Amino acid sequence: MSTPFYVSPQQAMADRAEYARKGIARGRSLVVLQYADGIVFVAENPSRALHKVSEIYDRIAFAATGKYNEYESLRIGGTRYADLRGYTYDREDVTARGLANLYAQTLGNIFSSAAEKPYEVELLVAEVGETPADDEIYRLPHDGSIIDEHGSVAVGGNSDQIGSYLSQRHRDDMDLGEALRLAVESLTRDSNGGGERELTADQLEVAVLDRTRPQQRKFKRLPSRQLARLLEAGGESAPADEQE
Amino acid sequence: MAANSHDQGRLPAAFLRPGSSSFLDFLSDYAPERLPGARALPPIEGSFETVHGTTIVAATFAGGVVLAGDRRATMGNMIAQRDVEKVFPADEFSAVGIAGTAGLAVELVKLFQLELEHFEKVEGHVLSLEGKANRLSTMIRGNLGMAMQGLAVVPMFAGYDLEREKGRIFSYDVTGGRSEELGFAAVGSGSIFARGALKKLHRPDLTEQQTATAVVQALYDAADDDSATGGPDLARRIFPIVTVITEDGFRRLTEAEVSEIARTVHEGRLQLPNGPQAPVL
Repeated sequence: MSTPFYVSPQQAMADRAEYARKGIARGRSLVVLQYADGIVFVAENPSRALHKVSEIYDRIAFAATGKYNEYESLRIGGTRYADLRGYTYDREDVTARGLANLYAQTLGNIFSSAAEKPYEVELLVAEVGETPADDEIYRLPHDGSIIDEHGSVAVGGNSDQIGSYLSQRHRDDMDLGEALRLAVESLTRDSNGGGERELTADQLEVAVLDRTRPQQRKFKRLPSRQLARLLEAGGESAPADEQE
Repeated sequence: MAANSHDQGRLPAAFLRPGSSSFLDFLSDYAPERLPGARALPPIEGSFETVHGTTIVAATFAGGVVLAGDRRATMGNMIAQRDVEKVFPADEFSAVGIAGTAGLAVELVKLFQLELEHFEKVEGHVLSLEGKANRLSTMIRGNLGMAMQGLAVVPMFAGYDLEREKGRIFSYDVTGGRSEELGFAAVGSGSIFARGALKKLHRPDLTEQQTATAVVQALYDAADDDSATGGPDLARRIFPIVTVITEDGFRRLTEAEVSEIARTVHEGRLQLPNGPQAPVL
């Protein structure tokens, strides 16, 4: 019995893709929306310690869904890459495009290498520009492909359904509150959690890349108090009874 | 492209390795030749001249700390630059001022800023003020070989401690020895005179504005007696850099604010050339 089974390459790749997709589908979704002053990241994440959304560099942020240890090591790798590049050249020379390319190479390599198991992650890399037209959002699925996104994007479990819900309602000139309420509305439709649910401010992880921020580093997490206030301002679409 | 110098264009293994949140540790592992302290120096006969930055002073007040520096860089008996900047923000709640070899100092500050920022991004929270002061100590120690060849860098670190709710000052020697200074401190060639001046001028109950004035007075005294320290240059409108760190974070005083203080100090010196006088008893 020393002859190994023959598995066609198509079948092997399909199996690996299936494996990764299933892993990602188990995770909660996260959405990224452009709004008038920048880009907002909204993730359903009850944990305060394990982040799904993080700062990479001055204008660049990272969001991921899937297996925590895998995207965390990619996040740290990206931070090291960005800081090393900024140190070697200049802060301006660190771009989301370069980083997204590197992630695509890395994920693609891991996906097609028989020696490694494919990563069960889907990444988003976004860079806020001087104007909304200069904003860049890249989506990086598990297999190393790279998709240039505009306006709104969802990744994770139910991303197709959430994505189409978002794209019908999203406008580029929304203010932060509007964008946030739309994002939360779309996440509550995630059927992974069993139909329509309510999401409170402390079940959400929200961060923005705000181009109007005077500091060089445009990334900012929204504290739950501010988040609750923004969600409440919209009225019925968000639950208003959560505690601070 | 730095990350692509290795295999297949993907992130090299060193980038994905878990463990350290320190950029310095990462750099010494991945590209040690880029660390300023790790470069081998050729043996030199005699001494050679490099550009030196000079006097840095710091003083605490009730709500924070002021860190300031003059603007002169010298090379031997020449003035190399009139408007050099030697005081930098390290992060949102701390600042660093550097005396010594200017080129190395600027690189060291850049690396120190990056070290703090990198830790913050990777860990998701900020280092304690003690932790930041210790990191700087390690970096200075890494430069010891160069210091012994005459390329010393001596920093002064000041920050607002959010835990203890007060401003704190740390001074260093070339070997990385760190000591916390109470009230005020100075480093660099004019530091003896600046410290003498602050000794007579500094009181813990001064306001932010008064403390800023006191450090400008101290720099004036340093420039008065030390040829390597530059005083306020009214003709060219070059004034000391004065930074304030409070619980609201780091702030560099605008040129208008510093010029206002410098002019007041200058007016005073036209009457009393030696500056304000302290009572004998």
